[in-house]
Amino acid sequence: MRKRHTPKDRLITVALHVALAAGLFFAAFPIYWMLSSSFKSNTEIFALPPTVLPKAFTLEAYAAILGDPVKLRFFFNSYFVAGAVTVLTVLIALLAAYGFSRFNFRGKGSLNTLIISTQTIPPITLLIPFFGLVVSYGIFDTYVALILTYLVFTLPYAILLMTGYLNTLPRDLDEAVAVDGGTSWTALWRVIVPISLPGIVATSVYTFLLCWNEFLFALTLTKSTSMRTVPIGIQLLMGQHAFEWNQMMAMSVLGSLPLLLIYLVAQRFFLAGMTAGSVK
Amino acid sequence: MTRQKRSHHRLKRAVAPYLYLSPSLLIIGLLMLLPMVTVIGYSFQNSAVLRRDPSFAGLKHYHAIFADPEFWASLWHTLYFTCMSVIFHMTIGMVFALMLNSDRINPTLRNILRVLYILPWLFTAVIIAVIWRLLLEPNGVVNSVLMQMGIIGSKVEWFSSTATALHAVTFANIWAGYPLFMVSLLAGLQGIPKDFYEAADIDGAKAYQKLIFITIPQLMPIIISISLLDFIWTMQVFPLIWITTGGGPIYSTEVLSTYTYKLAFSSYNLSQASASAVVILLISLGLTLFYIRYQKAR
Repeated sequence: MRKRHTPKDRLITVALHVALAAGLFFAAFPIYWMLSSSFKSNTEIFALPPTVLPKAFTLEAYAAILGDPVKLRFFFNSYFVAGAVTVLTVLIALLAAYGFSRFNFRGKGSLNTLIISTQTIPPITLLIPFFGLVVSYGIFDTYVALILTYLVFTLPYAILLMTGYLNTLPRDLDEAVAVDGGTSWTALWRVIVPISLPGIVATSVYTFLLCWNEFLFALTLTKSTSMRTVPIGIQLLMGQHAFEWNQMMAMSVLGSLPLLLIYLVAQRFFLAGMTAGSVK
Repeated sequence: MTRQKRSHHRLKRAVAPYLYLSPSLLIIGLLMLLPMVTVIGYSFQNSAVLRRDPSFAGLKHYHAIFADPEFWASLWHTLYFTCMSVIFHMTIGMVFALMLNSDRINPTLRNILRVLYILPWLFTAVIIAVIWRLLLEPNGVVNSVLMQMGIIGSKVEWFSSTATALHAVTFANIWAGYPLFMVSLLAGLQGIPKDFYEAADIDGAKAYQKLIFITIPQLMPIIISISLLDFIWTMQVFPLIWITTGGGPIYSTEVLSTYTYKLAFSSYNLSQASASAVVILLISLGLTLFYIRYQKAR
């Protein structure tokens, strides 16, 4: 039984709150600094002593990003590729997950192990053969190249996530369809899909996030400025303007918005995806 | 149902799972397993990708890699970067999870802090790299604060001095990666039955004893599986290092992924890069086997 309100006990509580504040500073200060720098002028960013709040609050960096069609194109490309991959991944993974979750068949165990192990294949290992393939099929510097290659990395996670979700749904529901003479295909679309929406949302969120963050393939398999995605755009900005730090920070803020919004609106789904495969 | 109808139904049931799995298996087979075989093939060819009829090179490219001091330096940097990252991800994640799980803080504050502590996780590697470049600029806020506090005498070029660059990128990666541990351990903490602690209280156990004899053993499966996954993923980190230091100065932050990338796309030595990529693949596969065995044993 813990004794409360002794002086020692109060001291521990105070110490804990001090530690929590220190932790908060560690976690959030770099992000706060990005945000506040994006509202500063480029000269104020390196003012001495540093200004914690922007002294002359300005939206010039955001105006520069949003007024530049080249940069808007980076955003369009990122949204388009991530959106397309998400739709394809969720559809294909749903079918596979249904197979894994509702059927017993030869080779199930080894296929499952195969899919778990593909999660850990180093992207750099696949990059060189992908580059060779993409060039020889003439799809270098196209959306198709990015969509196909991203699919390979999103699919294993999506299958595992969806299978995990479908396994939580009672089998009686789809068996009822079978008793009525329906096929497994009708059971999937009439019964499973409507009640799997939370799982589908979680899978979509995680897939979108993987694509939105991808850097290595976008860097190597595209070349023209009009095909670049946001992460590459940020890198280009760094080389091009000899350190327009406020613009780089504004673009980083804009590039983080989709993930921040998804996180704030759908925290549950977000965390479900982020910890998928690691906690069982 | 007639017998014929029933056997037809059974046949459908037997074929159905393969049909449902076929699109996924086709993609994984064509775009993952086949490229893996291809890259192994490249590593035994001269002028792979670049020439239509490459000649057989034997183990030449592997010899070249293993004779290259830069490769060994990259391997060492990868190990340092990965081990330090995993150790600190685990420690910070554990401390934060324990603090958030304490019943000494008010539930509202707990929820707010939980959201804020996860923040570093929501940012793309490229953005994390850019943020830390800004913070650690020679004229940036970190130097300015450290100099005012008298901790450093002059401006430190964190990312462009060979003495500090590897530590600086490792630090940025530690900051970026602890939330995975924190979230998983927090979920694990909430799953430990309360009676364990009540029984320990009755026996008069001290807080640290409860931590060592109840909490940590109960969390061990999570700690081990997340550490393995984190190790495998951290070993493959590319954008953070590419954007902060590009592997420099003078190879001091070169890791296996940047080393391989430069071989392939700066030197256009795709054969040798393939050999290096195969080495990375083998290391990852070894760790993955270990991970899968562990997961199955659970």
